[in-house]
Formats: sequence, C-alpha cells, structure tokens
Amino acid sequence: MATAVEELQHLKVADHPVVSPLREPLILGHKGSADVTEDIGRLLEQSPGRGWWLLFAGAATLLTAGLIAITYTITTGIGTWGLNKTVGWAFDITNFVFWIGIGHAGTFISAILFLFNQKWRTSINRSAEAMTLFAVMCAGLFPFIHMGRPWLFYWVFPYPNTRGSLWVNFRSPLLWDFFAISTYFTISLVFWYLGLVPDLATMRDRARSKFRRALYRLLSLGWNGSHRTWSRYETVYTVMAALATPLVLSVHSIVSFDFATSLLPGWHSTIFPPYFVAGAIFSGFAMVMTLMILVRWAMRLESYITIQHLDNMCKVTLLTGSIVGVAYLTEWFIGYYSGNPFERSIIITRALGPYAWAFWTMVTCNMLVPQLFWFKRARTSIPIIFTLSILVNVGMWFERFVIIVTSLHRDYLPSSWAMYTPTLTEITILLGSFGLFFTAFLLFLRLFPLISINEVKGVLGYARHK
Amino acid sequence: MRATNNRTNNARFTAAYFKREEDLLAATHSAREAGFVIHDVYTPYAVHGLDEAMGLQRTRMGWVAFAAGAFGLMCGLILQIWTSAYDWPLNVGGKPFNSFPLFIPVTFELTVLFSGLIAIGVLFMRNRLWLFNRRRVFERATDDRFVLVLRQPDASFDAERAAALFAGHHALSVIEGDQFV
Repeated sequence: MATAVEELQHLKVADHPVVSPLREPLILGHKGSADVTEDIGRLLEQSPGRGWWLLFAGAATLLTAGLIAITYTITTGIGTWGLNKTVGWAFDITNFVFWIGIGHAGTFISAILFLFNQKWRTSINRSAEAMTLFAVMCAGLFPFIHMGRPWLFYWVFPYPNTRGSLWVNFRSPLLWDFFAISTYFTISLVFWYLGLVPDLATMRDRARSKFRRALYRLLSLGWNGSHRTWSRYETVYTVMAALATPLVLSVHSIVSFDFATSLLPGWHSTIFPPYFVAGAIFSGFAMVMTLMILVRWAMRLESYITIQHLDNMCKVTLLTGSIVGVAYLTEWFIGYYSGNPFERSIIITRALGPYAWAFWTMVTCNMLVPQLFWFKRARTSIPIIFTLSILVNVGMWFERFVIIVTSLHRDYLPSSWAMYTPTLTEITILLGSFGLFFTAFLLFLRLFPLISINEVKGVLGYARHK
Repeated sequence: MRATNNRTNNARFTAAYFKREEDLLAATHSAREAGFVIHDVYTPYAVHGLDEAMGLQRTRMGWVAFAAGAFGLMCGLILQIWTSAYDWPLNVGGKPFNSFPLFIPVTFELTVLFSGLIAIGVLFMRNRLWLFNRRRVFERATDDRFVLVLRQPDASFDAERAAALFAGHHALSVIEGDQFV
C-alpha cells in the first residue's frame, strides 16, 4: 500500500497531480481518461489469449455435461435424483439458494455502495453486476427443473386461464419467490445495461471492425455524452440504486420465508431473513474476490483492481461473516433456550448426527475462516484471499445443505426419517451450473467493457491534488 | 432551461474543445454569464457541477419513478385482492380471503419492477436514446475531451467575444458547424 503512494510521489511531474498524503488513489499509475479508454477497450479488441480459450473450453464442457444431465432428468423424471418422500428439496434447492446468494454481492456493490458514495466500487461494479445476472440465471434453473414438468412453467404467472380462472395462491412464499427473483433479474439487467450505455458509446467510437461498430452502435442507442442526458441519467441511476437496495434485501428475505414460514424444526425461525441476507452478501463477496483476482491477473488490471479494492472487500466479508457467525450462535442458543425438545433435537442432530461432517465444514468455513481477515497480512496477500474466498463459498454451500437436508431428514415423525445421498445426475447438474456461470462470464469479458470506463474516469482525480 | 431547446436542429453552432474538467466548468459558467445560449455540453463522464454551470433545472425523473412505483403498487394490490378475495375466493389454511399482510411481498416487488422499468423507459425516450439512432458525436467526446457547444441564434452572435472567452479558459480548438444532428 505504501508503495503505491511512494510510486506516485516519486513521479511528481509538473503535469501530473500530486498524491494526497491521507488517501491512496483508487486507480494507480497516472492514468488519464484516454488511458482508461485504451486499457479497457483494448481488452475487448485484441484476440483472446490461450488462457481464455482453456477456461472457456473447461466451462463449456461442464455446461454441456450439465445440459445432458438436465435432459436426462426431464425426459426420465425427478426419480433420477436422490430425493425421496421426506428429503424433497435436497441438492436442487441448496443450489438454488447458493446461486441466489452469490448474486447479492453484485447488487450490494452496484447499488448500496453507490448510495453510500463508496468510490472504490467503480473498478468492480460492472463485473460484479454481470456476476449477479449469471448467478440469478443459474439459480432460476434449479426450481425450473425441479418442477418436473418445466413446460408448464407458465402456470406460476397469474394469467386468466380456462380452469376457472383459477388463480395462483398469493399467500405462498414459493410464489413470492417467483415474483422476487424475476423482478430481481429484470431490474439487475436494466440497471446493468443502463450503466453500460455510455461505455458502449465509447467502444462504438473507437471500434475499427465493421461488426463491432454495428454491434456497439446498436446497443449504445445513439449516446453522445450530452450533459442534458447525463443529468437525467444520473438521477435515474440513483433512483435505480435506491430501488435495488431494498429489492436485494427483499429477495433473500423472501427466499428465507420458504423455510421460515414452515413449521419444521430448524426452519421455523424469525432470525432467517437477516441471517440469509448477511450470508448472501458474505458468499457473494467471496465469489467477487475469486473472480476479480483471476481477472486482474489474467487481464493485467492490477492498476485498476488494486490491493486496496481487495482489502475493502475482505473487510465486508469479515463483517458479514461475523454476522453469520452470530446468527449461528443465536440459532443454537435459542434452540436450547426455547425448551422445545424438537428444536433442541435438531441442533444436536446437526452437530452430532449423520450429517455432522457437513455441519462442521460449514462452521469452519463460515465462522472461523473469515476471522483471518482481521489481519492486514491476510487482507493484502493475493494467495490467502483467493484460498479463503473459495473456502467461504464451500462453507456457504454447505450452510444451505445443512439447513435443508438435516431439517428434512429428521422431522416430527420418526417413521419419516430418511437419509439423502445425491446421485451422479444431481452432481453433474451442479457442475453444469458452474459451467453456465463461467461460460457466460467469459463471454461477457470478451463482449462488454468489464470495468465501467465512464465511472472510472470520474474517480481518476480521487486523492490527487489538482 | 429544460431540454426542450435542444430540439432545434438547424441553427449554427460554435463548439470549443477542452482537455480539463475544470476549464470546461469555468468556461461554461462564464459563457452563461456572458449571455451566450448554451446548446449542450458533451463529456466522457458525468461532470458534477455542470448542472449549475449550465443553469439546468432539477430533472423531474425522480417524480416519474415515484409515480410509476405508485402505479405498480396499486396494480399489485388490486391484482391480488381481486383474484384472491373476489374473482375466485379459495380457502387456504383457513386464512381470510383478503389476506392483506401476505400480499405485501408481491406488492413490493411489483412496485419496484414498475418503477424501475418505467423510469428507464422514460429516460430513454426523453433523451431520444433508441436503437438504430445516429446522432452527431463530437470527436473524442466519449473518450477524453469536453466539448462546450454554443448556439448562434441569429446574426448578433459575437464570434470574437466567444473565441476570446474560450481562449481564456484554455480551449484546445474551436469549430463551427451547421447542424446538431
């Protein structure tokens, strides 16, 4: 960190602004507006390296395997999964909640940090929002195939029909889920696109190939940088951020209602909405860090996505991870303190029962691992951040697995106790969702500016005396 | 000075290029004080302080979003209450037909959905941003140059005074032209 300041103070050229002694600049290396256009634009225009092709081949292979498993599921039936009478949600809904959670960090970065005027978000918000879109696509896939007859998907819409009209049940959290997730996807998509329009115009004006010029001309909607436009644009951008902020909190709250409104021990809990939201932002930030470390390394964007950015994200991860930790402690304490034998029993079964290994993986990765971020050395070391960010996501996946499977495999009736093991089909679909996510993300890196060019230009003067 | 007056496309204009944001702001401010008609300013990113320098009024886009949200809220409530309590009442777990508190989540989502989509739609229409749109883009205005465009409403436009004003604020170059489109 100190080196960044020294580097800039060292290069005190008359033409360049001087670094503030108090704050470090967000973008390193004396970039001017033209440099930003060139650095980000060039990434899209040069042909992809071998690394990109290798990753793309890997992701596309996983996606293909996933598509085969999904086809097999739909043509044969849900019996191809390890679900049974009692553990009816299992892997599929675990993956659904996991992916929805991943998406939340993108909205947190693009909307909540925007409202709090956190200027460091400008380097990462574009790719984090793209991550949100792809994560929500992966999430939506799981309830869709879980329907068994996905071609009747449109039945969740409240549309006039020949059965009455028999309307959907607006009292059901599963229906709220449908509204929440489709709204979340739509709003995230238009918000992302809104942010992209000025950058697409920049790409259009520097495009050389005919195809690129036509593509960006079409998508940039004739943007020419008029300030009358900018003025309204900024207002609408703020409005969108103000809408997306409660929206993102509502989405995971509603996902948690799927569990909390039931009567099952381990699910029937009022702590679920804040606990789920904190967990979502926690896992999402971990995923953003994993992706950003790979991207800054592969695309040589070290002066745009600096250690300072990673440091800040580690702090958010530490905070939300600690909230998750406190939520676990509360859950266990209330399980005991409620005096309800069923609640007590499920807490004990989780910790000591047949799925104890999943429980302890969750506790280690979510409660203990992020505590390492108290140390500045951990927050500024790329290998450590990378490892911890992956561990956090392993932990958060297991959190959903523990919540869903352990509660379902031991309910009130001992006669309905059962064990659940995923089949190869289910595991392949999970891997396929990672394939979908990474395929989409890699294509995004090639087609759209992965860093918000216009917003970064706006913060170049940060911490520099004019 | 709302955007209505940038729809005239056939007047002559004078455009000055600037390299630095500060020069642009100062020049815009001086030009307005000197009585020139500012057609528009073209910048690669949103420059804060230009609204005041250009004398723009606060945009009404916030109200558009609010009204759209209120409309979404009404639609959500009416949809749910009418379908659940009037058109085909169904007894679900003994809950009242009009289970108002349980309708809040969907109402909220529809409020956000309507507000966001309509606000962006109106923004695009109001700024005439649409597919297959071809408008004049000043050179490097989407890259690293700031362009201040003055309108020449009639022959009384004092080109020399404008040139002096631009030069005083370190303009890189000044061009004249006929059409805005």
